[in-house]
Amino acid sequence: MNERIIEKLSILADAAKYDASCSSSGGKRKNVDKGLGNAEGMGICHSYTEDGRCVSLLKILLTNHCIFDCAYCVSRKSNDVKRAAFTVEEVVDLTMNFYRRNYIEGLFLSSGIFSSPDYTMERLVRICKKLRTEERFNGYIHLKTIPGASEELIQEAGLYADRLSVNIELPSELSLQALAPEKNYAEILTPMGQIQSKVAASREERELFKKAPQFAPAGQTTQLVVGASPETDHQIIQLTDSLYKGYGLKRVYYSGYVPVSGDQRLPQVVQPPLMREHRLYQSDWLMRFYGFDADEILDPAHPHLDLEIDPKLAWALRHRHVFPVDVNTADYELILRVPGVGMKSAKRIVAARRFAPLTLDHLHKFGVVLRRARYFITCRGMALEKREYDEQTVRRKILYGDGSTRSALVKRQLDLFAPEPTIVTAPDLVSPQLDLFRQAG
Amino acid sequence: MKKPRPTSLARRAPGLPAQPSVTSLRAGGALPLGFDAAARFTYDGSFDGLLSVLLTCWQLRRWPEAIAPEGAAQGGLFSETHSVPTDEAQARRVWEGLLRHMPGEARTNLYKTFLSERPDRELLIFRYVQLAIQAAGQDISENFADDTVRTVAEINKQLFREKHRMEAFVRFERTQDGLFHASIEPDFDVLPLIAEHFTKRYADQRWLIFDRRRRYGLYYDLQRTDVVSFDRAVEAVAAGGSAVSAAVLDEREPLFQVLWQAYFDHVNIPERKNVKLHRRHMPKRYWRYLTEKQPRERQFRPIANKNNTAAG
Repeated sequence: MNERIIEKLSILADAAKYDASCSSSGGKRKNVDKGLGNAEGMGICHSYTEDGRCVSLLKILLTNHCIFDCAYCVSRKSNDVKRAAFTVEEVVDLTMNFYRRNYIEGLFLSSGIFSSPDYTMERLVRICKKLRTEERFNGYIHLKTIPGASEELIQEAGLYADRLSVNIELPSELSLQALAPEKNYAEILTPMGQIQSKVAASREERELFKKAPQFAPAGQTTQLVVGASPETDHQIIQLTDSLYKGYGLKRVYYSGYVPVSGDQRLPQVVQPPLMREHRLYQSDWLMRFYGFDADEILDPAHPHLDLEIDPKLAWALRHRHVFPVDVNTADYELILRVPGVGMKSAKRIVAARRFAPLTLDHLHKFGVVLRRARYFITCRGMALEKREYDEQTVRRKILYGDGSTRSALVKRQLDLFAPEPTIVTAPDLVSPQLDLFRQAG
Repeated sequence: MKKPRPTSLARRAPGLPAQPSVTSLRAGGALPLGFDAAARFTYDGSFDGLLSVLLTCWQLRRWPEAIAPEGAAQGGLFSETHSVPTDEAQARRVWEGLLRHMPGEARTNLYKTFLSERPDRELLIFRYVQLAIQAAGQDISENFADDTVRTVAEINKQLFREKHRMEAFVRFERTQDGLFHASIEPDFDVLPLIAEHFTKRYADQRWLIFDRRRRYGLYYDLQRTDVVSFDRAVEAVAAGGSAVSAAVLDEREPLFQVLWQAYFDHVNIPERKNVKLHRRHMPKRYWRYLTEKQPRERQFRPIANKNNTAAG
């Protein structure tokens, strides 16, 4: 018995691990009447795997049996892997006992599609319901919505789960057609739109009646696989932007494609594109926290993110006319755009300069990376560099100059002689399907 | 649980590795207005004791050159030394009075500075209060250009991080009588700071978190959470008839530990291996009490899930 459950957990955790979402934040489910679990809105990473990713939730599939055959997915029908399935009771027992030992923040449940989308979704919902009503579990629940599941089941899911997500899977519909023939954007975007309106409706209701039921209080997210299809970074960022604006998503996750199959439809890559994934996340942060527009990060003339330098530095180098900015007088929004200045140091700068004019020493102590910032700021009217350098010189000085430390990722990816994945590009495959997303905007 | 008044949890300071002091004691040699001479102070090492010292400084018009727990103090050659007795009523007055000079959050930050166990914590707290009084109503907590303010802010960041780590890294084991117990050795004295989190979260199970370095713990008995000494901790575990050393684990406890280890092994993606990042997030000094970092009874066998791997 024990052996079997250990094996099941091994198989079904292994199959779920390529989903990049790990966050447990945004849930503010209070412990009521001495049940189990309480969340304050801030997620907790209880452990970290050896690849450095956070382990916050028990992330498993209910089953890896699947009737679909998506090329990039390890659980696809045609893949010869060991299959397993949990019972509803097993998932509940694991979740409760892991949570009681402070291993996890909660459950992230997804599943392969067996029989039919509704049949699968009904099982997932049943697990959530049992946890909430019978076990009085107030921990975090992230539920994957099965594409094609009925609206009634989605409605019920949102009442028990903190967060729902539908994966957009690939950055364009054409790629989806090529790699996941049973899926299409309409089936993905329809539930996304339904969730969005249900979340909004529940918020409105709760403003009128405090006791009205909450629907997915931590909102919805999605994920897409990067590097399994030929879209440019520009297309991906535009897509992300339209998802944030059009569907009110909390997060878009990017999962660098890890070769899980020898499928003919896929590029044969040696290494997952970790650096590209990292730069996409940086761009995502720029859009969500640094006031950048998608169009500022990349445009059709610059369709790819620079792997050597971060997107904020790249933007600053392309916009030298904006700089230098003076740290003692410039607006917060502008200080935030200086390479080497993060949100924390920007906040410290504008808070502290109310008391006294800031010096270089202060900036250093606030955590500003002067090695990068020095080319873009003045301090009490004084420049830090005696002369003005052109774009290429600044870039070179920052990358290779004194004290430059190229991140381990850059080194690993750029020093690898493995070339970028060669992708057989059918020209029509590249055209973006972005108009699709604009409609809800 | 009612929010603990810091003083009730204040504890003697055990000696931690020394960190360099950042505050300079006297600006340029001249004493600030309101002080006649410099002096050294000792106290019993409790937070109440420190608050009593602060009051004494202003009453005697003595600028503290050093404030240290008795025993840890080094006498100055020429300066006078005052041994200040702890007066709880006085301490409460000072604690209430601080609110006239700073917002509640800043005051809490001073208590957390105390929990940092840094050797210069007492002088930092004194300097901060002195600055706040001088500022005459202006909130100084964002004046990061000042060394004292910034150091207090940085200490609080460290404390916050350690508190957050403990909320993450506590690993409970279930005993036969249903007690969930865990051992920790945090860098700072953060037990008072994590009490609320665990009390709210694990409201339906008895639990005990024991700080092995500082030899005291938190015990929740389904009604309230108390600070317990080592002896009381042993009693709590023994309530069901077993003692800590002989605590018999719940029969399913080993299974869940193996399951957690199996889970931890299988969510790793070997192609993304990044041990440096792994260690930055989870420094080695915490591994001792982490179930998933214990040696495995059986060897890890990866799932063969690629059709280009031999064993399909």
